[in-house]
Amino acid sequence: MTPAIELTNVSKVYRRYSGRQFATLKSALLQRSILRDLQPSETFPALTDVSFSVPKGSTYGVIGRNGSGKSSALKLVAGITKPTSGTVRVDGRISALIELGAGFHPEISGRENVFINGIMLGLSKREIQDRFDDIVDFAELREFIDAPVKTYSSGMYMRLGFAVAIHVDPDVLLVDEVLAVGDEGFTHKCLDKFSEFRRRGKTILLVTHSLNLVERFCDEALWIDQGHVQTVGDPKRVVNAYLTAVEENEEQLMIATTAKALEQAGQEGQEGRDGSEGKKGGPVDPTDNMFRATEGRWGSREIEITDVTLLDANGQPSHVFHTGDPLAIRLKVRAQQPNDDCVFGIGLFNAEGVCCYGTNTYIEEMQPAALAGDGEATFAIDALDLVEGTYKIDVAVHKRDGYPYDYHRLLYTFRVKSRTHDVGIYRPRHSWKFSASVRFPATRG
Amino acid sequence: MFSNLKSLIRYRGLITSLVARELKARYRGSVLGFVWSFINPLLLLLIYSFVFTWVLPNPTPGIQPYALFMFCGILPWTWFAASLSEAANSLIAGGNLIKKVLFPAEVLPIVSVLTNMVHFFLGLPILIAFLIIYRHPPDAWDLIWFPVAVVVQLVFTCALALLVSALAVHFRDVRDILANVLTLWFFATPIIYPMSLETVQRYKWIFNANPFTHLAVSYQEILFYYGPIGHWRWLSALGALSVLLFLACYWLFDRLRDSFAEAV
Repeated sequence: MTPAIELTNVSKVYRRYSGRQFATLKSALLQRSILRDLQPSETFPALTDVSFSVPKGSTYGVIGRNGSGKSSALKLVAGITKPTSGTVRVDGRISALIELGAGFHPEISGRENVFINGIMLGLSKREIQDRFDDIVDFAELREFIDAPVKTYSSGMYMRLGFAVAIHVDPDVLLVDEVLAVGDEGFTHKCLDKFSEFRRRGKTILLVTHSLNLVERFCDEALWIDQGHVQTVGDPKRVVNAYLTAVEENEEQLMIATTAKALEQAGQEGQEGRDGSEGKKGGPVDPTDNMFRATEGRWGSREIEITDVTLLDANGQPSHVFHTGDPLAIRLKVRAQQPNDDCVFGIGLFNAEGVCCYGTNTYIEEMQPAALAGDGEATFAIDALDLVEGTYKIDVAVHKRDGYPYDYHRLLYTFRVKSRTHDVGIYRPRHSWKFSASVRFPATRG
Repeated sequence: MFSNLKSLIRYRGLITSLVARELKARYRGSVLGFVWSFINPLLLLLIYSFVFTWVLPNPTPGIQPYALFMFCGILPWTWFAASLSEAANSLIAGGNLIKKVLFPAEVLPIVSVLTNMVHFFLGLPILIAFLIIYRHPPDAWDLIWFPVAVVVQLVFTCALALLVSALAVHFRDVRDILANVLTLWFFATPIIYPMSLETVQRYKWIFNANPFTHLAVSYQEILFYYGPIGHWRWLSALGALSVLLFLACYWLFDRLRDSFAEAV
C-alpha cells in the first residue's frame, strides 16, 4: 500500500534576506540586481535531508523542541511551501489545522465566514450547506453564528476555525499544536473527533509538544531536532529518547546557572573577605536570613567549601533527577588550620524560595566535627520525594553558634522531573485504596 | 504555468465569494450600506458639475457638458487606480492565508480588481441618469463596444495587479511608488482634457503610448460622443496586448509564488 505522506530527502532552506534590509525597487532597478536581490544573501537550513513516510490510516506524531523544524515539515506536507530539494508526496485531500480561522474576515458574520473558509479549504457551497449544522454545533456557537466574527472571543474564533477545518473531511489531517485552543470539554471533543478519524482509516499527522498525547494516540512518532530526524518509530521509545535529550539539555542549563551563581558569589565573597564582612557579604548569623532567598556566599573561609557536587544513583554528577530518585550532595572542604568546631549544614529550596528542608549536623545531635586539611562530607537522600520543579541548595560550614566559615546560599540548582503533574512541594510515598463500590472506567483514548 | 491558469478557473467559486465578502464587509456597520456605492460617484459628479459649470466654467468646445465628459473617463479610472492600490497591498494583507493555508495567492489581487469592477458597475446608473438629465444620449450602436472596453480594461488591470502585488511582497516601496505613478498617470491620460486638444495632438505619440489613453478615449467615444466609434482599432490592439501582458505578468507571479509564503 502506498503511504499517505512520503518525504524523501527533503531539505528546506530559508532565506534570511538580511542584506536586503534597505534595498529598494529603485536601487534594484538601477543596479539591475532584482534577480540577484531575490537570491538569498544568507540561508538558514530548517530541515536537512529529512525522510519519513506515514502509512495510510495511521496517526503519526512529530515532536521536537521549539524551532526544530516541526512546523516547517508540516508546511511542506501541506504544500504551503516547497522543499528546497527532495520530494514531498501526499496522497489524498489534505486539511491543515495550522492556523485556525486564518482568513476569517472580522466584519462579516460567523455564518458567512464558515462558507468562505470552507470554500478556501476546498469545499463546494453545497458541501458546506450540508455540513453547516454539524460545524456550528461542533463549535458550540449556534446563538452567535450571525454575529460578526470580530465580536467573538478568541476561544470562539478558534473553535469555529477548528470546526470548519475538521469538517472538510480530509483524507490526511495535519494538526499543528492546536489542541490548546479550547477548554477541557472542547479538547476532549477534538480528541474524540480525531479518534473518529482514526476509526474511519484517515491519516493524521500531529505536531505537538504534548508527549502524553503522542504516547496515547500515535501509532508512530518522529523526533526532529535542528532540522534532522533523530528517531523514528514506536512512540514510547521516541518520546523517551526525546525526554533524555531534553534532560541533557536541562543539565547543561543547570550547570550554566550554577556556574553563573558561583561566579557572582565569588566576586561578592572576594569583597566580603576583605574585612568588611557582614556589611556587604551578608549576615553573620545565617538563620536571620534563612527564609530570604538571595543568592550569595559569605563567611570567614577558615574552612572553605571548595566543591559541591550533586550525585545521582550511580554516583555520577548530575543536575536532573526524577521524583523518588536518590540524590547525594557531596561537599569538599578544606580547613586552613586544624579546627574542632565545625558543623555541616544543608538547605533545600524550591523555585519560589520556600525552604523545603534544612538541617545540619549539630541539629542532628552530632558533636562538632574536627577537621584538618582536606575533607569530604556527603549528604545522601534515599528518595527525592519532591514534585517536579527547579530547586536550589544552601550548603554551609559554620561554628556551633552559627558563626559562618563558608556559607553558599542558593548557588546550586537542580531540577526534579516527574511524569505526574501533582502539585505542592513534597510528594509523600502514597497509594490509593477504594472500596468495591468505587469503579473506574477504562482510561480513554 | 498553464495548469495553474486552468486552476484559476476552478477557483471561480472562491473568487466570487471573496468578492461578495469584500463588498459586504466594506459597508458593514454603515447606515446607508450599499447605497454608498451610488452616492460616492453621484457626489463626485455633482461636485464636478458645480465647479466646472459655476466656479470655473470650461468652455472648450466639443466637450460640453464638461462634467459629463470628465465623468466618462473618471469612472473607469477610479476602477483602475483603486484596483491597483488595493492589489499592491492584497498579498501583504492576506499574509495569514498565504503563510498558513494552502491558498492560491493570485486570487487576492484578482479579487481586488473584481471588487472595484463591481463598484464601477454600480456607478454606471449614475452616469446613465446624468446622460438622460443632460439630454446627451450616446449612439446606441456604439454601446456594443462598451462590454469590449470593460473586458479589455479588466484583463489589462488584472495583469498589472498581479505584477504590483507580487513585486510589493519583495519591495514594500512599490505601494508608495504606485500611489505617485497613478497620480502622474491620471494627468497624463486624456481624462480631464480631450484627446482633440491641440497640445495633445502635438505630442500624440506620447499619448498613444499610454495604454489607458485608449481605454479613456474609447469610453468617451462610446458614452459621450455621438457618432461612430473611431477608436476601435486601438482598443482591439490594446486588448491583444493586454492578453499578452497578462500572460507575462502571470508568468512572473508564478515564478515568485513560492517565495510569498516566506517573504510576506
